[in-house]
Amino acid sequence: MIERLQRIGRNTLDRLAATGRAGQMLVQSLIAPPEPTTMLPLLVKQLHFVGVLSLVIILVSGLFIGMVLGLQGYTILVDYGSEQAVGQMVALSLVRELAPVVTALLFAGRAGSAVTAEIGLMKATEQLASYEMIGVDPLRRIIAPRLWAGFISLPILTMIFSVVGIWGGSLVAVDWLGIYSGSFWANMQASVDFSTDVLNGIIKSLVFGFVVIWIAVFQGYDAVPTSEGISKATTRTVVYSSLAVLGLDFILTAMMFGEI
Amino acid sequence: MSNLQNTTHIEVKNLSFSRSDRAIFRDLSLRVERGKVTAIMGPSGTGKTTLLKLIGGQLQPESGEILVDELNVHQLNRKWLFHLRARMGMLFQSGALFTDMSVFDNVAFPLRVHTDLDAALIRDLVLMKLNAVGLRGAEKLMPSELSGGMARRAALARAIALDPDILMYDEPFAGQDPIAMGVLINLISRLNRALGHTSIIVSHDIDETLSIADYVYLLADGRVLAEGTPQELIQMEDPQVRQFLDGEPDGPVPFHYPAPDYRQQLLGGDR
Repeated sequence: MIERLQRIGRNTLDRLAATGRAGQMLVQSLIAPPEPTTMLPLLVKQLHFVGVLSLVIILVSGLFIGMVLGLQGYTILVDYGSEQAVGQMVALSLVRELAPVVTALLFAGRAGSAVTAEIGLMKATEQLASYEMIGVDPLRRIIAPRLWAGFISLPILTMIFSVVGIWGGSLVAVDWLGIYSGSFWANMQASVDFSTDVLNGIIKSLVFGFVVIWIAVFQGYDAVPTSEGISKATTRTVVYSSLAVLGLDFILTAMMFGEI
Repeated sequence: MSNLQNTTHIEVKNLSFSRSDRAIFRDLSLRVERGKVTAIMGPSGTGKTTLLKLIGGQLQPESGEILVDELNVHQLNRKWLFHLRARMGMLFQSGALFTDMSVFDNVAFPLRVHTDLDAALIRDLVLMKLNAVGLRGAEKLMPSELSGGMARRAALARAIALDPDILMYDEPFAGQDPIAMGVLINLISRLNRALGHTSIIVSHDIDETLSIADYVYLLADGRVLAEGTPQELIQMEDPQVRQFLDGEPDGPVPFHYPAPDYRQQLLGGDR
């Protein structure tokens, strides 16, 4: 019994200490005078690695999820004779929920795990220590560009996901199932509001982007520098960021749409 | 100018450091002379690499201090610490080349960060450093294309890029074939004579290290077990020193990790 209590206490203390270290890392890497000439090329490289290279998986998933939504929506709505509303259904579910959440989950799996493994390996091969000994702060040189790149790319990827998903929905509903395209788009335009739906979706993706890339970078930076440690850190990145995204999604949704 | 006349370059005073409840150093004191090759030797796990990280300010000691040019490394703020590090070169055990840059860019990196030299001058300097380690022809290769010995030489070129006052070598001979080892021994002593910097070599390769060191500290159990010139060390009678130098498997440093009684354990006494 005492042993179990001790273990709970130790785990809690470890978690708290890790949260403290994560916060410290965030502050030290982001709060510093900007050095655009050195930082910009590094940021562009990371934007390519984290953002552009995630495009394919985002495009394909967005397209299929939109198509499935169109099909499922149609089969349900047609029973009530309101299949014209399928455009509205596809757009609202994508913009409010599916695009931010699914993009963040895919992003954690595709980019987050890669960032963790990369930084963890840099630590294991003493590259981070090497930067320090050369007199270059690895927090500014390695961590900061990756944090910014994740924070910038996820909202953009989310918007792309929405657009491709809506197009996929229209492919199924209009081109395949033959819903009149005028009512498909008109219903959508009439019901999707910019500030309540689109903007709230973007706010969600900003929060998710921040959380996912923070977890990914910290897990790499804090990894035990062995092969086992890096594999555990990579797993933790995917698990923690997925859970964080799903949990935060509920909280954000309750705050944004809970009063309706 | 008083610093330059002072022959002690680095001084470790009463240093204590532990890692997850295990004491690595207890009251360790040693001095590193300016311009000399000082070797720090000892069995694996005596914290030799940790000592280099403490000198570089990457780790904080529990008590005691480390003075470099009479400056306390662990009382410097981050800015001054990075200034100090720009005057130290460190050759990591793995080489630690930046894997996303070519050999040329690796060596050029410290110059680009810490100097305002123009590209042409940096190019010449990098080629000179690479020539010194015999890798001028490998400037375009990526670190993944180098052999272990070449990677360490490239890392050595990077470590001397800024002509540091202090050069620290972490196990420079570990895992090298005889030719690469000979090349490295030659390079370390030649560079030390030519550039006049202070060298610290951490190693457990006895013959290679003793052949180039001016002064040797032998560490065991977190403190200095013996010190002296290589000749003095070779003649020491202390059984623990002899065991290390002669490579005997059992002696004052036991072959067995602490364990319960063998007979009793086999007979199931502890079940």
